[in-house]
Amino acid sequence: MIEDVYRVPERVRRVQWTALVVGLVALAICVVYGFLFDHAQFFRSYLLAYVYWLAVSLGCLGMLMLQHLSGGVWGSAIRRLFEAGAATLVLMLLLAVPVALGLDELYTWARPGPSAHPEWLDHVRPYLNVNFVLIRMAGYFVLWIGLAYLLNRWSGALDGSGDPRYSWRMTRISGPGAALCVMSALFFSTDMVMSLEPEWYSTIFGFVFVTDALLEGMALSVAAFALLSESGPLSEVISPLYFLDYGKILLGIIVFWSYVGFSQLLIIWIGNLPHEVVWYVHRSSGGWMWVAMAMLIFMFFLPLLVLLSRSFKRSRRALATLCGLILLMELVRVFWYVEPSFHTDGFYLHWMDVVAPIGIGGVWISAFCWWLRRRPVLPLYLVPRRHPRSVEEIESRIGVAENAER
Amino acid sequence: MIAGNEIYGLMAEFDSDRDILLAARRAQEAGYTRMDACTPHPVEGLADAVGYRKTRVPVIALSGGAIGGAIALLLLYWINVITYPINVGGRPMASWPAFIPPTFELTVLCASLAALFGMLALNRLPQPYHPVFNVPEFERATQDRFFLVIEASDPRFDVEQTRRFLESLNPLGVYDVEP
Repeated sequence: MIEDVYRVPERVRRVQWTALVVGLVALAICVVYGFLFDHAQFFRSYLLAYVYWLAVSLGCLGMLMLQHLSGGVWGSAIRRLFEAGAATLVLMLLLAVPVALGLDELYTWARPGPSAHPEWLDHVRPYLNVNFVLIRMAGYFVLWIGLAYLLNRWSGALDGSGDPRYSWRMTRISGPGAALCVMSALFFSTDMVMSLEPEWYSTIFGFVFVTDALLEGMALSVAAFALLSESGPLSEVISPLYFLDYGKILLGIIVFWSYVGFSQLLIIWIGNLPHEVVWYVHRSSGGWMWVAMAMLIFMFFLPLLVLLSRSFKRSRRALATLCGLILLMELVRVFWYVEPSFHTDGFYLHWMDVVAPIGIGGVWISAFCWWLRRRPVLPLYLVPRRHPRSVEEIESRIGVAENAER
Repeated sequence: MIAGNEIYGLMAEFDSDRDILLAARRAQEAGYTRMDACTPHPVEGLADAVGYRKTRVPVIALSGGAIGGAIALLLLYWINVITYPINVGGRPMASWPAFIPPTFELTVLCASLAALFGMLALNRLPQPYHPVFNVPEFERATQDRFFLVIEASDPRFDVEQTRRFLESLNPLGVYDVEP
């Protein structure tokens, strides 16, 4: 049966269970330690882990809608991984509960009573208050999970029936969906990350976060796709040309990421105003400068240089390794967003900053694998000619026929 | 009949991008290495099929970019620190974030100019004369027809055999290309 051929390999099931056990153990250690000894640090570490993995989910959702809008074989082939990544948003809603419980530990604006800086805090109170933030969070998740649900459902329905109307529906919803997702992610990053230092604001920060998310979602999906297509049925249909495309897209996102990230720095540097520079002062004094430099080298210069090479992009193993590095550096980046807000005097790393991301990550990867295993990893409607339900119209629209044969 | 050493090559005319792509792949499988395709629009995969080789254009573009970036940084440093230092808002003289935009611009400019002129030089362009224009049908290469040329310099080239091979690919026509 063709359906069986495009199932994920059996080893994914082992990954799913191992990740679940590791994740739950790591989370349990953090929860117990945090509950007994260090409330504040638990919530900080949990927040950075949560923001990191939520960005991966959002990035997958964003890339999913982008490839529906752009068309092209690259997106059709890797679509199931984006779909699985977007589906984990349901899990992320559940995992948001500890963040909601820890709002007053994390954010100065959420603390009752008079604060140390009442004059600026009064300005932001109508926007940054616990009730309104929780309402907004609920709104974001309704939007995100709604989009992830519809896109997963229609893609599955297209597998079953081959009815091209589903294909058009997915494209149709992706336009407004992508615009709304970018806007909601801008607000989300303002509420959850930027408001850690509520006296500071930057209108570019949200775009930096959106790009971070796209980069994370893309890097994780490409790495997973490379691992899946290393052996088994996928290795026969997924040629190096696909990875050439993924490499180019990663390069594009990295260049855009450095562009928005640098624009923020440049504008604040040129403006040189006390309430603006404070964020960068906190993140470049003490040992934090080394963290920033590491990001500059390992998230910009190194990926930029190696991704210029055509043969590097065509090699799935090399690309998967680079994606691993990008994912690691993105974690460092979220750490650099969150932790300096609480340790303005110098570099500080708590062991929970490492264990909490492993905890949420384990559960996340487990959910990702579970969803991947439920369906063929290549959409059936993309397996041309060999499949009884392949649809001419869809085929010609995405032009997959020749490439799948190669 | 023209002898093998008196013609530039053989040209086959096709009706669609799909046909020429299949034809080029068949020619590659048949062992031909010196061939070229002329199409009215880019055809994905055709470059690989007619034997795309690594060129030096990326290296030329990279060195052009590196030289441009270095020039920009040195120029900015020379202006802002050595010849005409002005204190702007108490920032350091070598205010590197402010140096990045011009550096970026000059890097991109020099890299693209190097890529353009490097490409032209490696292709030996501009080239006022080329044998393919001796075929009257070739006029439609910029309109709606797709042409595959197997050159006589190909080691496997043999006028009769190659003609038979091209005719087996189902073309609209096969033409001799005079040198």
